[in-house]
Amino acid sequence: MVAGIRPGIRPSGRHESADSRAPGKTSMTVNRRGLLALSAAPLLAAPAVRAQGASQPAALRVGLILPMTGPFQSTGRQVDAAARLYAARNPAFAGRPVEIVTRDDAGVADTTRRLAQELVVNEKVAVLGGFGLTPLALAAAPIATRAKVPLVVMAAATASITEASPFVVRASCTLPQSSTVIADWAARNGLKKAVTLVSEYGPGIDAETWFKTRFTEAGGTVPASLRVPLQNPDFAPFLQRARDAAPEAVFVFVPSGAGSALMRQFAERGMGGAGIRVIGTGDLTDDDILNEMGDVAQGVVTAHYYSAAHDSAKNRAFVEAFRAANGTMRPNFMAVAGWDGMAMIRRALEKAGATADGPALVEAMKGLSFESPRGPVTVDAATRELTQNIYVRRVERRDGQLWNVETETFPAVADPAKTRR
Amino acid sequence: MSAPTAAPASTPTAARAAAQLARLSRWHPLEVAFWALAAASLVLVPDRSLLVAEIAVTALFALSLDLVLGYAGILTLGHAAFFGLGAYAAGIAAARGVTDPLLGLAIGASVATAAGWLSAFLVLRGSDLTRLMVTLGLASVLYELANRLSWLTGGADGLQGVEIGPLLGIWEFDLNGRVAAVYSLSVLFLGFLLVRRIVHSPFGWSLRAVKGNALRAGAIGLPVNRRLVAAYTVAAGLAGVAGALLAQGTGFVSLDVLAFHRSADVLLVLVIGGVGWLYGGLVGAVAFKLAQDLIATLTPQYWQFWIGLVLVALVLVGRDRLAALPARLFRRRAAPALAVREAGE
Amino acid sequence: MLTVLFDGIAYGMVLFILACGLAVTLGLMNLVNLAHGAFAMAGGYAAVVLVNRLGVPFLAALPLVFLLTALLGAVLERLLYVHVYARSHLDQVLFSIGLVFMSIAVVDFTQGSQQQFVRIPDFLRTRFEVAGVSLGAYRLLIIGLCGAVALLLHLAMTRTRFGAQLRAAVDDPRVARGLGINVSLLFAVTFAVGSGLAGLGGALGAEILGLDPSFPLKFMIYFLIVVTVGGTASIGGAFLAALLLGVADVAGKYYLPEVGAFVIYSVMIGVLLWRPQGLFGRVALR
Repeated sequence: MVAGIRPGIRPSGRHESADSRAPGKTSMTVNRRGLLALSAAPLLAAPAVRAQGASQPAALRVGLILPMTGPFQSTGRQVDAAARLYAARNPAFAGRPVEIVTRDDAGVADTTRRLAQELVVNEKVAVLGGFGLTPLALAAAPIATRAKVPLVVMAAATASITEASPFVVRASCTLPQSSTVIADWAARNGLKKAVTLVSEYGPGIDAETWFKTRFTEAGGTVPASLRVPLQNPDFAPFLQRARDAAPEAVFVFVPSGAGSALMRQFAERGMGGAGIRVIGTGDLTDDDILNEMGDVAQGVVTAHYYSAAHDSAKNRAFVEAFRAANGTMRPNFMAVAGWDGMAMIRRALEKAGATADGPALVEAMKGLSFESPRGPVTVDAATRELTQNIYVRRVERRDGQLWNVETETFPAVADPAKTRR
Repeated sequence: MSAPTAAPASTPTAARAAAQLARLSRWHPLEVAFWALAAASLVLVPDRSLLVAEIAVTALFALSLDLVLGYAGILTLGHAAFFGLGAYAAGIAAARGVTDPLLGLAIGASVATAAGWLSAFLVLRGSDLTRLMVTLGLASVLYELANRLSWLTGGADGLQGVEIGPLLGIWEFDLNGRVAAVYSLSVLFLGFLLVRRIVHSPFGWSLRAVKGNALRAGAIGLPVNRRLVAAYTVAAGLAGVAGALLAQGTGFVSLDVLAFHRSADVLLVLVIGGVGWLYGGLVGAVAFKLAQDLIATLTPQYWQFWIGLVLVALVLVGRDRLAALPARLFRRRAAPALAVREAGE
Repeated sequence: MLTVLFDGIAYGMVLFILACGLAVTLGLMNLVNLAHGAFAMAGGYAAVVLVNRLGVPFLAALPLVFLLTALLGAVLERLLYVHVYARSHLDQVLFSIGLVFMSIAVVDFTQGSQQQFVRIPDFLRTRFEVAGVSLGAYRLLIIGLCGAVALLLHLAMTRTRFGAQLRAAVDDPRVARGLGINVSLLFAVTFAVGSGLAGLGGALGAEILGLDPSFPLKFMIYFLIVVTVGGTASIGGAFLAALLLGVADVAGKYYLPEVGAFVIYSVMIGVLLWRPQGLFGRVALR
């Protein structure tokens, strides 16, 4: 088993689980999607059949804009798979059949913007979701405001996104949430000197800022703050500089997927041997690629809101269902955000009524509290972020596979970027 | 800038030349039909206004490249630099309070024109490869700059807070893109008129002479370098206008406007439509964008493959055979001169 | 920082191996081949398949990668490239960009978009401390291997009959033909060897440059810079330019991370303005 993720999923521009228009391809996962759609069809037909003379409830269209191709492909696939799984398990939201329309923006913000406009104007979606990276979410936020459509962020993590529009609600987490927790953990565990190494864009700068603030408040020092360009990163010179600063740990943030390259360079430079630990947010040890990273990843400590190894009945069921529907793909934190995003939409619709419009839906989302595969979550009414548990985890090998094993829980962490004001 | 067009028609040669130019610049009925169709699209397919606006922007960008490549013969892989500059200039102006779209357009155009004039000297020396590299290098430097100066451009996150005011104070840019489409098409038409005027003037013909054989053109007294700089500057300005249109129509600017694929795509658009022909960029833009819209619903992966295949096939089949088509369509007495075939070099 | 110099030299060596094929084909056939990076990518992915999936030992896989990519190059040359030799540069640019797009899409489709890694053997993952400077084994291998290749190339060019014929053909193809040198065969062999070297470079460089479907576009500008700065007249020019570029890039990113990438582009523009034919080239024919 080499590249665990086979590119079997051939994402197409339009996906409507209501009608099984799955093209006749032979790859396993697409057939499964077709099967899922086929099995969902009678379930979707059921409410219509049961309707007694009353007009059929209009379908709820959810537009997902995700990077299904390009370097951030894995994010798109994870979120899409989880959202569809949820729709398959819960075919009716407040009595309305759910239709998911997925569009691929390939990680380019201009495309995201155009797609958001098209989805809202032409496809008449009731909710926009997805957004694999911060620039993509920021590009679409004004569209949500203008069209008065809720925008559920299922992956991007910069704190400022929810401030870009009053219609933005987040189902993932913010970088300040995870960075401050790892900073606390580091200070508590005797680490005094840490260098930060982040990708130079919104989330990276967030991570660096909040880690530094919390770590220095707790008495640590940050001798160097290194920023790697987002496009074409070459980690070698930066890692060398990090090494030259002789820290006890390197705090890392890179977009999920880039972690492998960084860890390899880290090992190649012999930094582990020099007594330097790697700590960071969970984006580094993304469950999707963790296994392929190999032994270089062992012992890395990160803080994040979800690990596929989370020990709860709900999570075990989720992971099992996800794997059953998607080959051997393990759900990562993006997937659970997609799942929870859909859950938020459903619960909000049930709370506000089946015919609720955009603003009413957003209002209904505020204050929602439920149990997710990650743990208990609450939508903060003021900030529209999730208050949730953040776990400190360590990469360990169990049953021949690498997992993020949770070692400590920081309960009910709100977004510190907003609570400070 | 050019040999005086209003020279006293005293000498018979000058009179003949003026008459020929006047004849060539008459509007062909097919041209009128093209523009009528363009205007009609706004009414016939109102829900595709976003696409129409995009086509207009791409067409203007390709037209500007045609001026540089088709008429002046400068091989450039970095034309997106001016497109991006115009986009960022207009976007930054809007984000800082200059919300009037026409003013923003003027700002975008000025910045791009200035950049074109300043960098024109780079393309004067050296071979084709040198020019390719230098233009590519310049576009890459600008990309890096935009990336670095994130306090100004928003960096990798894109420019935020772009607010575009109503056009002429009356029409708000709506979510459907109708106003953007009308705006873009109008600007495209004006730009087209400008290029048409340039091409059918002694200046335009001198450009063709330079492209055909710079040495000979210099020998008969044409100021070759000045012509090239002028053409490059005007083209840069037009590309900047196209970029500004994009920024204003979508209300957003990201690093993508300076990416290499923009330069490559516009080159492809122009080649599809035909290099050295006024309508090359326009026709190419329509074909390209429509095809992209059609195939892109599958996935950009497939799209890139087909584009590559089209390029390879186009080159292997021979662009000059395709370029001969418009000559047959626009049959006139001066047809051989109008159909500027690729010199094959 | 000597480690930085060492890293830079290793980087430069990889760039040299990647770009020397391009330098020679450009100088010899006046062919602007922007798809050169695609052969490098093919080599990289071939290495991934051979080493990761078929279990071939890394060092044994390298010559195999060279041969495979050289074969690919030879086939494509005879089938496709031969038609564009006489065309204008614009046509060649369009053609090669088309090939790049196609290759990227094919690789993306068959292998996925994620970064690929070649499983290098453990003995190459160690580091040595030499006189206080920390050196990685893998980078040492690169320097050694690429240096050997450079030497071989130089010897081939100067001491063999083939090399003499090649230099003659670069100098003036018409006269060379007139002397009875089979220039088309020369073209084919040179193109194949150049592509093979690119493939080898891609396989070696996967570890330090990263390997994903967008590799040809990402590194195209680097190859072109090496070729234009080094000039197309000699291998030595490309070698020096590649080293210069590698060290400047790594050092720039280390010492001046804010300025990092500008260094190379500015150096290139500066050199081209000063000497449009490159540092070591002769004035171009067209």
